[in-house]
Amino acid sequence: MEVDVRQMIHPTSEVERVVKANDRDYNEKFQYADNRIYTSKYNILTFLPINLFEQFQRVANAYFLFLLILQLIPEISSLTWFTTIVPLVLVISMTAVKDATDDYFRHKSDNQVNNRQSEVLINSKLQNEKWMNVKVGDIIKLENNQFVAADLLLLSSSEPHGLCYVETAELDGETNLKVRQALPVTSELGADISSLAKFDGIVICEAPNNKLEKFSGVLSWKDSKHTLSNQKIILRGCVLRNTRWCFGMVLFAGPDTKLMQNSGKTKFKRTSIDRLMNTLVIWIFGFLVCLGIILAVGNSIWESEFGGQFRTFLFWGEGEKSSLFSGFLTFWSYVIILNTLVPISLYVSVEVIRLGHSYFINWDRKMYYAAKAMPAEARTTTLNEELGQIEYIFSDKTGTLTQNIMTFKKCSINGRVYGEVLDDLGQKKEITKKKEGVDFSGKSQPERTLHFRDHSLMESIELGDPKVHEFLRLLALCHTVMSEEDSAGQLVYQVQSPDEGALVTAARNFGFIFKSRTPETITVEELGTPVTYQLLAFLDFSNIRKRMSVIVRNPEGQIKLYSKGADTILFEKLHPSNKDLLSLTSDHLNEFASAGLRTLAIAYRDLDDKYFKMWQEMLEDAKAATTERDERISGLYEEIERDLMLLGATAVEDKLQEGVIETITTLSLANIKIWILTGDKQETAINIGYACNVLTDAMDAVFVVTGNTAVEVRDELRKAKEILFGQNTSFSSGHVVYESKQQLELDLGADEAVTGEYALVINGHSLAHALESDVENDLLELACMCKTVVCCRVTPLQKAQVVELVKKHRNAVTLAIGDGANDVSMIKSAHIGIGISGQEGLQAVLASDYALAQFRYLQRLLLVHGRWSYYRMCKFLCYFFYKNFAFTLVHFWFAFFCGFSAQTVYDQWFITLFNIVYTSLPVLAMGIFDQDVSDQNSMDCPQLYEPGQLNLLFNKRRFFICVAHGIYTSLALFFIPYGSFYNLAGEDGQHIADYQSFAVTMATSLVIVVSVQIALDTSYWTVVNHVFIWGSVATYFFILLIMHSRSVFGIFPQQFPFVGNAWHSLSQKFVWLVVLLISVASVMPVVTFRFLKMCLYPSLSDQIRRWQKAQRKERPIRNRRPQSRSSSSRRSGYAFAHQEGYGELITSGKNMRAESPAPTSGLEKMLYNNTSWIENLCKKTTDVVSFNHDKTAKL
Amino acid sequence: MTWSVSARGAHQPDNTAFTQQRLPAWQPLLSAGITLPLFFCAGLAFIGLGLGLFYSSNGIKELEYDYTGNPGTGNCSLCATEGQGRSPPPNCSCAWHFSLPELLPGPVYLYYELSNFYQNNRRYGVSRDDAQLSGLASALRHPANECAPYQLSATGLPIAPCGAIANSLFNDSFTLWYQRRPGERYVEVPLDRTAIAWWTDYHVKFRNPPLVNGSLKLAFSGTAPPPNWHRPVYELSPDPNNTGFINQDFVVWMRTAALPTFRKLYARIRQGNYSAGLPRGAYFVNITYNYPVRAFGGHKLIIFSNISWMGGKNPFLGIAYLVVGSLCILMGFVMLVVYIRYQDQDDDDNDDE
Repeated sequence: MEVDVRQMIHPTSEVERVVKANDRDYNEKFQYADNRIYTSKYNILTFLPINLFEQFQRVANAYFLFLLILQLIPEISSLTWFTTIVPLVLVISMTAVKDATDDYFRHKSDNQVNNRQSEVLINSKLQNEKWMNVKVGDIIKLENNQFVAADLLLLSSSEPHGLCYVETAELDGETNLKVRQALPVTSELGADISSLAKFDGIVICEAPNNKLEKFSGVLSWKDSKHTLSNQKIILRGCVLRNTRWCFGMVLFAGPDTKLMQNSGKTKFKRTSIDRLMNTLVIWIFGFLVCLGIILAVGNSIWESEFGGQFRTFLFWGEGEKSSLFSGFLTFWSYVIILNTLVPISLYVSVEVIRLGHSYFINWDRKMYYAAKAMPAEARTTTLNEELGQIEYIFSDKTGTLTQNIMTFKKCSINGRVYGEVLDDLGQKKEITKKKEGVDFSGKSQPERTLHFRDHSLMESIELGDPKVHEFLRLLALCHTVMSEEDSAGQLVYQVQSPDEGALVTAARNFGFIFKSRTPETITVEELGTPVTYQLLAFLDFSNIRKRMSVIVRNPEGQIKLYSKGADTILFEKLHPSNKDLLSLTSDHLNEFASAGLRTLAIAYRDLDDKYFKMWQEMLEDAKAATTERDERISGLYEEIERDLMLLGATAVEDKLQEGVIETITTLSLANIKIWILTGDKQETAINIGYACNVLTDAMDAVFVVTGNTAVEVRDELRKAKEILFGQNTSFSSGHVVYESKQQLELDLGADEAVTGEYALVINGHSLAHALESDVENDLLELACMCKTVVCCRVTPLQKAQVVELVKKHRNAVTLAIGDGANDVSMIKSAHIGIGISGQEGLQAVLASDYALAQFRYLQRLLLVHGRWSYYRMCKFLCYFFYKNFAFTLVHFWFAFFCGFSAQTVYDQWFITLFNIVYTSLPVLAMGIFDQDVSDQNSMDCPQLYEPGQLNLLFNKRRFFICVAHGIYTSLALFFIPYGSFYNLAGEDGQHIADYQSFAVTMATSLVIVVSVQIALDTSYWTVVNHVFIWGSVATYFFILLIMHSRSVFGIFPQQFPFVGNAWHSLSQKFVWLVVLLISVASVMPVVTFRFLKMCLYPSLSDQIRRWQKAQRKERPIRNRRPQSRSSSSRRSGYAFAHQEGYGELITSGKNMRAESPAPTSGLEKMLYNNTSWIENLCKKTTDVVSFNHDKTAKL
Repeated sequence: MTWSVSARGAHQPDNTAFTQQRLPAWQPLLSAGITLPLFFCAGLAFIGLGLGLFYSSNGIKELEYDYTGNPGTGNCSLCATEGQGRSPPPNCSCAWHFSLPELLPGPVYLYYELSNFYQNNRRYGVSRDDAQLSGLASALRHPANECAPYQLSATGLPIAPCGAIANSLFNDSFTLWYQRRPGERYVEVPLDRTAIAWWTDYHVKFRNPPLVNGSLKLAFSGTAPPPNWHRPVYELSPDPNNTGFINQDFVVWMRTAALPTFRKLYARIRQGNYSAGLPRGAYFVNITYNYPVRAFGGHKLIIFSNISWMGGKNPFLGIAYLVVGSLCILMGFVMLVVYIRYQDQDDDDNDDE
């Protein structure tokens, strides 16, 4: 908002920005925005005009304003002005209060942010300043773990080479650390305040924009120019990590920062009920116009046929001498009268109900995650009922289904399996163990073996089994982990991938403690003895190699190659003598894999000196080569990594979040299709699919699509479809059945046109082809017939595309759930986006509509809250439309008896108050509190969810039923009094068939009828319902008597002409008899209908309600799927989750502290001079994560 | 913005029945144990009520006479043809002769009925000024705009009472004559014209403006009567309690009818010998025929009626009760049959209550 305003003030938008360091006067000329941010929309003065302007932009409000204006024309005005203005003012003031509250909180959070302190270099001194006072060109000092106040040019830092690490979670959601490096010229400034104060470089750079990955600019200082790139910039919103301090110069402040430029508007989502409601409202307007036209024609006819002769008593009005013109005026008059068909309170009530439901979500303790003190949060208050209609769930894997915590679970060493016992351990314990694991002390004793309960491994270690030792040594040596001692002197590992962390930590726990490394050495404490290995070569990981190796020389002088990698790859490299062990290990691997574990094969090779020397020389040559350098290097790697001796295999568990399996089982029982969209490899994805029961062995077939061209993909898809149809001969055409899904009966399985369960696995490449227009339908058709779809290796964009695909073609409600920045696009494009507030920052949560702490809460969110919201909203709408039709159509019938003169049936005040006072609260209470079945039963019986998916509770048919019901009631409401009052005299002989008595009788009947109806509709009578229902009726009579009282008439004789009427009418027995008759006549058919429906076609919820009523404690018997994880021949093809480039960083020693030995090797020197390594590093998306912040990286 | 998210709602939600949606609640069900008896009881009660209403309505005696004066319908047609058009009708009177073979039990009420008269037309209905009628002096001089075109007279004086309703005041009058035996002299039956208006109308809603020097005429000075009226409002009746805005005929007329066919009370017969009703004998009603209705196809009727415990004659309500009551019982039977048939199939459902 503020950005826009600023740009309006300076219409010549910035083309480039010139900033001079430490020179506020200079920078002032450019009028750059300062660091104060405004997310608030209004201030005290502008609130009223801006807010009103915004509100009247809404169609409904504008419509009512239009009505109000119509009412001011005396010829048309059939209602007095207050009947519209009172509800309108009420609605507008309620919205205004809500907007004001929202804005108040924005002001508060703005203030909080603006008042943060930072150290700014002013007048050659470091001074504490509020963030909002920071100006462009200032130099500020940041300390570790501080938020960055503005977009800075990094000048110097505490780390060598001007490096600093930032966490960008707030910006892009990635928690892994990113490296930034200052220019060498500026990093020399260090922490020297005086020289920093003298720094007067001028930066010329791009204008503010929202591109996070891009920056271009030039620093001119001391007569030389330095190019600036994104690597030199620290953005606002980042947090400084692992860096004691750094200095930076402010380039962009406040609204110009990339963070603020990025906080774009989120897409406005509407629920399907909303859309339906809008359609219906348009229909109703059409209906209203039709009624208006009918009545206008009626009026024209009446005026010409009859009214013309009635002139003795009924004058011609000004300018209405023609009956046609009179009809025209009547049309508008009736538009005003009948406007209550779409009452203004509808929209407000809907909002209030949704708000209530949102609060219930926020308040639910069963969705509160104590471990993180995180309740569920409804970030959008307008989508609740859609939660009850979900048909497709698109789920991210890492961090959503899994915890992204790797635990070393099992291993197979030399043909023997260790760690069997662990299977039975509960998951809860594991979490706490993980936490303890964080502060492992670097002591020699392996005191923390808690999470590996198999003592046989300990025994083997103590017995000194050389293979076991070698195995653990390998784990301690062959990795890219960096170690570091934190302030407490404890050993802390910075790991690149959590898998590796798990392995190194495991080795550490068994006494092989990786202590430290230099570019040339690795120090390991082996069972208490420090041993330093010489690191001879580092054969880094790559996606093709799927393995990594180190070549080390141990103190005894032996040269060994240690290798770990994907079993499929490594097994090909084994020495033939390993044949027996291989088959044994292979069996173990299968076993591990079927338990859903991620496996690695471990092997080593003894090298002799001469061979290695030769190889090393060839490697040096290759590295120095200018042509085919990479090919030659990889050839050499291949050359040395052969004839390996198998040691065994490791199995790391990618731990599922708590309750994932149960949740997925329940959700699929609720007929929700779950698609997993993950960036993981196919094998990992399938494994996790099996682990969390999305894929089961009970499935008839799992189709795997891995085609590389569009044609291949299409063929694979078609083949799969043929198989599918082949097994379902009775099934003729899939999509026809699916498209007519809505008409299908509720009974379970009817829409399972395909008998049997199928799953589809498709990878990113194939998906890219499949999403092309002509293959799209094949994919969709197949995918929708499958119970589960797993998409692996998909990009964030593809995730969104898949969601869009289903949204576009299936007309189904979709939900996307994820936790990372890569899920944001999917979360934004699905109907409902859910952010798991996991470990990957807040990006997903910020983009989401609902934030949950754990995946398992999804079950409650959908099956309980979503279902209730949907149920309540539908009931509310049904009743609301019914009520207003009953209320308004009476005017239509009356028109035929009052010469189509737009005479109202009721007192004007009654029309004013009916919707907002007499009948609003009971229906609101129902809309907020009603429950058909308890939450426990909703959870236990997922089939209850189905009416929502099939849109059964409120659809066009239902709407027509409600309307018919309303029309029937209006008929009863009008014609019973009509017949009864015809030429009637009162008990005292006085005439009582007067207009006012008629109005009071009808109004009273209406209030009673709709109250009885709401009482009938309310199935959950809390205290609030009682108070509201009885209270509304009491309020009606109270207000009626007041308004018809002498005192009120005495003050406003014009406005309250009904004086004495209530008392007179209500004291007549006759009137009560009429009211009773109307009530019974309008409610009886409804009761009959409902009773018969419950007898003949009881819905599931009816049955369960009866169960509940009968207080049967036993749970409804639903066939719960046995949660078996049968073992099969599934094979984990898991390999590293590494990225390349870390080996280079390690061997270069760049990222090591100064206290580490000075680099000497030639290799290192070469790299030192070659500054490209850091770009290289950054290109390869470094994922440095340190355990001391309790963060782990995503794969 | 972004920073406040984590801080917000970091507390555990309260564990109250309200926040956890566990409020104790009554959860009624449409069970057979409640619904069926309810239907049968309601049906029986309604039939009973309906019968009562029907018979008491039938017991009411009504005598009515259409004196509109359409050609060939008695002696009022003469007046009708004469009084046609906008010109002030002449003082024409006609009579309705009838005889009662037996006593018409009292109290007997005399109504006039107009049909096809749209007192409920909006433009007609709003054409009044309740403030003026409630005696506000300011409103007397400045009638509300709704009264237009009967707001100001041709000479610019404010009209009191203003508006179309007042202007169209029903101005026929009736006298009732009784002849006990043929050949005897007709005696006038006293018509009680007081208290025909609602108490609140007469005492609260309609008030004369404050008297000036004790004179109502002076209070109304500077106003004009409605164009159709022959006499000013303060001369509607010689009785000071029945003239001006509180003239009972006027008050009755001003309580506009709901439907285009309506009756208004003209008088009660309850005085002297007639307190028990109208005895048998011959009667005639002398009608002063002033009010034109034939132009718009309306009818004027005069009705003698007595009333029952629930008011005047109206068979509709009794019949409606009978119909609804029978329907209740019918529905009850349908539901019973369905319930019995399907209860066997569904063991779980039948033991609700």
